[in-house]
Amino acid sequence: MATTTRTVEVELSTTGLDAQGRPQRVPLATDEAGNLVPLTPTPALEPELEGEHMLINIGPQHPATHGVLRLVLELDGETVVRCVPHIGYLHCGFEKIGEYRQYNQIIPWTDREDYLNSPGNNVAFALGAERLFGIEITERCKVLRVIAMELSRLISHCVWLGTFCIDIGAFTPFLWIFQQRERVYLMLESWIGARLTTTLTRVGGMGADIPDGWTEDLAHFVRTFPKVLDECNTMLTKNAIWVGRTVGLGAMSADEAINYGLSGPMLRASGVAYDVRKDFPYLDYETYDFDVPIGLSGDVYDRFLVRMEEMRQSIRILEQALKRLPDGPVNVDDPRVILPPKSKATSDMESMIHHFKQVMEGARPPIGEAYVAVESPKGEKGYYMVSDGTSKPVRWRIRPPSFVNLSAIPKMVEGHLLSDVIAINASIDIVMGEIDR
Amino acid sequence: MSETIQPVIAGHAEDGQVAAPSTPRNVPYRDGTANPSADALRARFGDAVHRVDVVWNETTVFVDRARVLDVVRWLHDDPSQQYDYLSDVTAVEYRDLDRPIEVVWHLRSLPHRRFLRLKALLPKGQPLVVPSVWSVYRGADWLERECYDMFGIRFEGHPDLRRLLMWEQYKEGYPLRKDFPLRGRFSRSEQLRQILAQNPEAKYSMEELNVLEAFDELSIEQRARLRGGEKVGE
Repeated sequence: MATTTRTVEVELSTTGLDAQGRPQRVPLATDEAGNLVPLTPTPALEPELEGEHMLINIGPQHPATHGVLRLVLELDGETVVRCVPHIGYLHCGFEKIGEYRQYNQIIPWTDREDYLNSPGNNVAFALGAERLFGIEITERCKVLRVIAMELSRLISHCVWLGTFCIDIGAFTPFLWIFQQRERVYLMLESWIGARLTTTLTRVGGMGADIPDGWTEDLAHFVRTFPKVLDECNTMLTKNAIWVGRTVGLGAMSADEAINYGLSGPMLRASGVAYDVRKDFPYLDYETYDFDVPIGLSGDVYDRFLVRMEEMRQSIRILEQALKRLPDGPVNVDDPRVILPPKSKATSDMESMIHHFKQVMEGARPPIGEAYVAVESPKGEKGYYMVSDGTSKPVRWRIRPPSFVNLSAIPKMVEGHLLSDVIAINASIDIVMGEIDR
Repeated sequence: MSETIQPVIAGHAEDGQVAAPSTPRNVPYRDGTANPSADALRARFGDAVHRVDVVWNETTVFVDRARVLDVVRWLHDDPSQQYDYLSDVTAVEYRDLDRPIEVVWHLRSLPHRRFLRLKALLPKGQPLVVPSVWSVYRGADWLERECYDMFGIRFEGHPDLRRLLMWEQYKEGYPLRKDFPLRGRFSRSEQLRQILAQNPEAKYSMEELNVLEAFDELSIEQRARLRGGEKVGE
């Protein structure tokens, strides 16, 4: 690896200003008198340590690991020779618990797994359960779910952008973008009553229809959000420091990325235009007009560009969804899965029995299995459910995209500097709740 | 930036024989059209393909567990199949404890836009061993480790089959097996007692233990400094 001359701004006893009056950037090396001397490689202080590898532990309690990820790094100087990730600190057996819950009771667990993308997880789980039950949802429900999924993609990418900036050392975009995230959370709160753990869907419909005037809020958000994106774009995309910290890091070629099972923006940054919304569509995504951005070199900078563009495409989808939002019922007319209204359940005998049986015994899908994948902000999120005809699944499996993306980190950080490990890790956009489950 | 990478457009095979995708509607419960790869597998592997099942338009191919790696490698390499993407590796154990455990591979072909589920049956009372597909898909690394961790299924040929979510010294079994109780093996108080009685150093991984061994190789001054517990900023 070629050594580069590192320059720092130092306050010098000499004038220290260049012809334009800016502080001069000078090599760090000065002699005793304060005169600049050409930077020469420092002689090794402890020659016997040359070539010795050092082990360094990052995490699990470290702000730059985005949760409780632990990386054991073997370093040669500052260069990473080997990286061994350790996960499982948040493991709480969601899949095991799901085997003891009815389908609708599992939906709150999906909030807590990738907690930056709760509405998207709810929709994905409901889609899986509906395939298992053989239910076709209503048109209005489809559009509402598209809105929920794209909003949740936006908030997840907002958190990613904010924390990514902080990891690399830019603080301002974090504040700007988190204000926008807050606006989405306020909208979600007025829709379903919760902010982070939304439990938005039910099998066969939604927990609630949108309140009056909600679409105006959303239209306002759709109009104004791209401005903030533009500001962040101005601040970051051509910023020399930003580019210097991200270009060429952790590059994965297209074949490698496919072979390692990467998905979502990680895969698309490597030049593979695989998007579940386009290739295996659901919720009528094939009727929306949007583009799939791809990168060329698969490095951290490309992942940044791909995610920035994805947010704009989400805004496009939201605009179209707002235009086509039809009237009509939200829930399917299927007494197997949909509860009677509360007012009827407390006044009408049959509805009360129906409500009681539904809650106590739960709906029973036919024997079978379903794997439903959606494009979550992190990548291909799959729910695999196996039913043996009872009201609780035999097996409920989450295919966590950031789990598979993170498993490629030893390959990505190899040969890079220690400080770049943080940037590469941030570019994966991991959520430990989803990885450990 | 490197110039060598050609963008791979998923769903656009060279021969152009890929239909435009659409959201599935009115999906039949059973007896839907099977994925064409199922017939190709039957023709290629004969007896190693036990059964083909189509549920909710998803094709499941039951294959002989000893031939899994051959089947997967052929699906990956054959130009008419090109299953280049491994979505998931997992296992299913049924509540009926006599039913065999199923190991499930979810494969995708990005160029042909196909989805295929492979299953291998592991009868109870026999060692739970299947071949690893790590040599075909690097992405199988953690997926197989998790499956081993949760079900105790050994993936033969995996380079580093260790526990992943549970710690390496975990001895109480495999949490997603049906004989593992939901609340764990012991009462809360017993679990707490065991944790307090543990030697925390026993949980260090091999890397850290190597560091501890290296202590003896340090210089005398460094050792003295470490023993003295150099304190900074207190």
